[in-house]
Amino acid sequence: MFGFISRRLVMAVVVMFVVALISFMLFRFVGDPINQMVGIETTPEQREALRERLGLNDPIIIQFARFIMGALQFDFGNSYQFKQPVAELIAKRLPATLELSFVSALFALVVGVPMGVYTGLNRHSPLSKLFLTVSLIGVSLPTFFIGILLIFLFSVHLQWLPSFGRGDVVAIGDWWTTGFLTLSGLKALILPSITLGLFQMTLIMRLIRAEMLEVIRTDYIKFARARGLPDRSIHFVHALKNTMVPVITITGLQLGSIIAFAIITETVFQWPGMGLLFLQAVQNVDIPIMAAYLMLTAFIFVVINLAVDILYVVIDPRLRTERSGL
Amino acid sequence: MTEQTTMPEQDVAKGRIARILDSDIFHSFIRSKVTVIAAIVTAVLMISAFLAPWIAPHDPFDLAQISILDARVPPVGMAYHDPRFLLGTDDQGRDMLSGILYGMRISLAVGFLSVAFAAVLGIFLGLLSGYVGGRTDAIIMRIAEIQLTFPAILIALLIDGVANGIFGNLDRERWAVWILTFSIGLSFWVQYARTVRGSTMVEKNKEYVQAARVIGIPSFIIMFRHVLPNVMGPVLVIATINLALAIITEATLSFLGVGVPATQPSLGTLIRIGNDFLFSGEWWIAIFPGLTLAILVLAVNLLGDWMRDALNPKLR
Amino acid sequence: MRYRVAAAAAVIAALAGTSASAETLKFAFQGTLNQLDPYSLNESFTLGMHGNVYEGLVRLTPDLQIEPSLAERWEIIEPTRWRFYLREGVKFHNGNDFTAEDVAFSAERVRSEGSDVTTRLAPDVKVEIVDDYTVDFVLSAPNPILHSEWGTWLIMDKEWTEANDAVKVTSASDTSPNYASLNANGTGPFKITSHEPGVRTVYEKNENWWDEVKHNLTRVEFTPISSDATRVAALLSGEMDMVYPIPVQDINRVNSNDGTSALTGPELRTIFLGMDQKRDELLYSDVKGKNPFKDVRVRKAVYQAIDIEAIKTKIMRDLATPSALMISPFLFEHSDEFQRFPYDPEASKALLAEAGYPDGFSVGMDCPNDRYVNDEAICQAVASFLARVGIKVDLNAQPKAQYFAKILASGGYDTSFYLLGWTPGSFDSYNVLLNLHNCRDDAGNGGPFNLGGYCNPRVDELSKLILSENDQEKRNAYITEAYRLTTEEVSHIPLHQQGLAWGVADNVSVAQRADNYFKFRHVVKN
Repeated sequence: MFGFISRRLVMAVVVMFVVALISFMLFRFVGDPINQMVGIETTPEQREALRERLGLNDPIIIQFARFIMGALQFDFGNSYQFKQPVAELIAKRLPATLELSFVSALFALVVGVPMGVYTGLNRHSPLSKLFLTVSLIGVSLPTFFIGILLIFLFSVHLQWLPSFGRGDVVAIGDWWTTGFLTLSGLKALILPSITLGLFQMTLIMRLIRAEMLEVIRTDYIKFARARGLPDRSIHFVHALKNTMVPVITITGLQLGSIIAFAIITETVFQWPGMGLLFLQAVQNVDIPIMAAYLMLTAFIFVVINLAVDILYVVIDPRLRTERSGL
Repeated sequence: MTEQTTMPEQDVAKGRIARILDSDIFHSFIRSKVTVIAAIVTAVLMISAFLAPWIAPHDPFDLAQISILDARVPPVGMAYHDPRFLLGTDDQGRDMLSGILYGMRISLAVGFLSVAFAAVLGIFLGLLSGYVGGRTDAIIMRIAEIQLTFPAILIALLIDGVANGIFGNLDRERWAVWILTFSIGLSFWVQYARTVRGSTMVEKNKEYVQAARVIGIPSFIIMFRHVLPNVMGPVLVIATINLALAIITEATLSFLGVGVPATQPSLGTLIRIGNDFLFSGEWWIAIFPGLTLAILVLAVNLLGDWMRDALNPKLR
Repeated sequence: MRYRVAAAAAVIAALAGTSASAETLKFAFQGTLNQLDPYSLNESFTLGMHGNVYEGLVRLTPDLQIEPSLAERWEIIEPTRWRFYLREGVKFHNGNDFTAEDVAFSAERVRSEGSDVTTRLAPDVKVEIVDDYTVDFVLSAPNPILHSEWGTWLIMDKEWTEANDAVKVTSASDTSPNYASLNANGTGPFKITSHEPGVRTVYEKNENWWDEVKHNLTRVEFTPISSDATRVAALLSGEMDMVYPIPVQDINRVNSNDGTSALTGPELRTIFLGMDQKRDELLYSDVKGKNPFKDVRVRKAVYQAIDIEAIKTKIMRDLATPSALMISPFLFEHSDEFQRFPYDPEASKALLAEAGYPDGFSVGMDCPNDRYVNDEAICQAVASFLARVGIKVDLNAQPKAQYFAKILASGGYDTSFYLLGWTPGSFDSYNVLLNLHNCRDDAGNGGPFNLGGYCNPRVDELSKLILSENDQEKRNAYITEAYRLTTEEVSHIPLHQQGLAWGVADNVSVAQRADNYFKFRHVVKN
């Protein structure tokens, strides 16, 4: 047990190191940050001097070592664009992204689970077919297009909901800001959450449906039925409970994707989160922000993965060999 | 768009023999009207995309044929339309219908190529991983894990940046499709690898493999022959769903400005361009390609859906 | 528009906590305001925003005339000695007095290492404090346009900057952010109360401003919105009082919407095409061993193949002024003496045949896709026009980061054919001639932004004369001669001055400046 966990832990560290290496190497090619930092009238000599001061002329290995040393201390340097420490910038943007991700995950669960249960139990009902088809439309349109159509309809045309931003936010403590406590903050969450959550909703619905289809055929449910338990209790207590383990696992693992997908949603809705920060960083070749963002995403993912792995082993040691690949 | 690796349907289907042209499957296909319609729609769209150079009224890539003076002509049926342009023209004076046909060609090409790339890579690595096991397996699965850390969009953004750095001096029009194929494909291989690896590990210890080894047949070949048919079902399901995902990912990348260039637009690029004209009333520039994309992806998804259920023996 | 009223009421309700009569202006721009140090970035939006907080010795009126600001008046007491008389009683936001010390300090700081606006004051200019409110600038040679860019040389408080250890300009490479890049202390009509880069910046009225207050704002909120569609939507839905820029195609939508209208006007930026005339073999081309663009006939053929009127009406929707010169007619009074070569594809084909390319040739073109108004669409149209005379263009449209990295000196001028825009920071032809037309070497010494490497020694000579000539008439004659040469030799192909389009709520009045600067002090909200 201890050996397994420590092995996974070492692996996680290796993964993080490789991610750091890859992202660092990639940045060598994304463009010249100097062009973004200075005005168009800066002379080649000034550019060269700046390059020298930034350490961009040092050997790659030294630059990488510097990057790793910094990353270990949560120091990703200063943003080229904003002249502020990247760690601080990301920390400020984190609440926006996390609140958005949380609400969209909630939306996906609250809508997706009942629909999944229904379509799983009533496999051939017309409503099930409708749910399945409609949910497919949700994943057949690109996220950005859905977002724009929502803005067009609900903000510009009907003028019910805001088209951008978080509305008024309330600061909690030193670094957390929340949109949950104001009306405008809550209203601002609606459209982006739907846009971001639609895909996950479809995923969860279909997952639950598939699990339900399997579970209701198991001997365990047949036995419950034979014992004369009411349908409702069988479906929601016994069957759903059995489907929840994979659903929670998947939802957990999908958190990484939600955060990544927030890039698009945040761009469309000008949501001041990490995704928007990252995309602006890509456009402006702001390498410290890109590096920190990638490392953070990787970190979140590795931690979730690790937690899931450990949880599985704790629950069922037999899974050890089978799960070792995940 | 999101990683589908972890969907348990695939795990469920994994390792079970899926008889591809099983008559049961054929029956279920005919029974499901939706599936038949989806198949017809997919076929029609794919064939017309393939035949675009012959059936499109204009060549949207031939700059000498395009006149800016024809820009933003509305579709036939609206005021000021031009009978030459059934679905109107875009901001450069390109015929929308021709643009959509050619664009779908590019979208489908990127879709198919990236799925093929991912499948080949994934199946090979999966076989290798499952068969050799040990350290090789651990390394491949660790790489898969790292791969999953970067969602498709991120990978593509980064690869596009790198490609720009490397190929910056070369003709972008020529490379864009390959860069997209590579970056989208790269983010999909893990699912195939895991599915194939699982099957391989099951088959590996069966007696016939041991026996084959004893009589000197290279067991890798045996594996290839026996494992591959086993996993064809799940692989086909993954591939179909990935095709839809790949097309959408390409569109999203084009929206973010790293897709194919506007001179040779895909459906995604057409939507991105049209997006700028939604508020100004020139809706056809975005809506027609958007609709085409949605229908295409929906039809492919429906097919994938049906396939997943049909190939899952538990659900018969 | 019932919903609009409701939205406005909600906004007012939300702000009720601050003050009943508060007029808050909410506006959005496509780019971000990154740091607050007025010397860190030479970029017009950034400088324009800082200009609401800091002020220079002079400032520009809405029609771009220089007028006194922190200096009440000035005189040239010798050809090389300018004397500025400073305004008395002006205070910085922190209460410090504005004096000659601050001017001398700012003069050193603006030219120090790390400053991106060093061109505001040449290194050889000496600053002499005469008394608390008089400063002399001593030049090594006469310069009639010494103060032409001083509207964006913003004066900082010496005491504040030194006390906060921010004397060194926050440059891109500083490891710890400088106080002055996170805080601001100017003399201007507004002060910054909060600044989250990339998210929101809040300004509040400076109650102690020295000048007569013509605006009625108490608070300004700036939000960057990079997506065109979202930005326009924010205006249409009434969430924003003002957004800019508005894509040209949305001008009608903004105008037809109740409660908003588009404010359009000419911008000073000239959009033009450039061709590599320096390399002996053209890059990205099927012509080997020679460079077709070295032949003036080929350059003229390209010029005459482009239907500028079609670009104007179809792509720019009339929000552009075709230009015969590389400078806006607002900045050069003899502009009307110049005409564009007419659009004439037949003449173009004839010229190509005469130059030895009857079947045309292929060439790669570099184009930004997020820098100028409809930049990529213009390049596509140019490619389509050239295709019809036989020149096959392979278009490489990229975001500005990659684009500039490739084509500028730092990328080794790696381009054969490109689209670029230029606004002379000094509003004067000297800047245009020096940067875009003077001969350059491979490192960019000479005319650093003359990417195509056009070179005519006489133009270089004229540029030097223009710099030091104090007599306006003679100076104009030199400029005219230079432009005659460059036009005849088709050094570049000027396309147009693009238009400005701001989206403004009907209850707000703003002054639109042709340099696209947005000044809160001209805003009135009803």
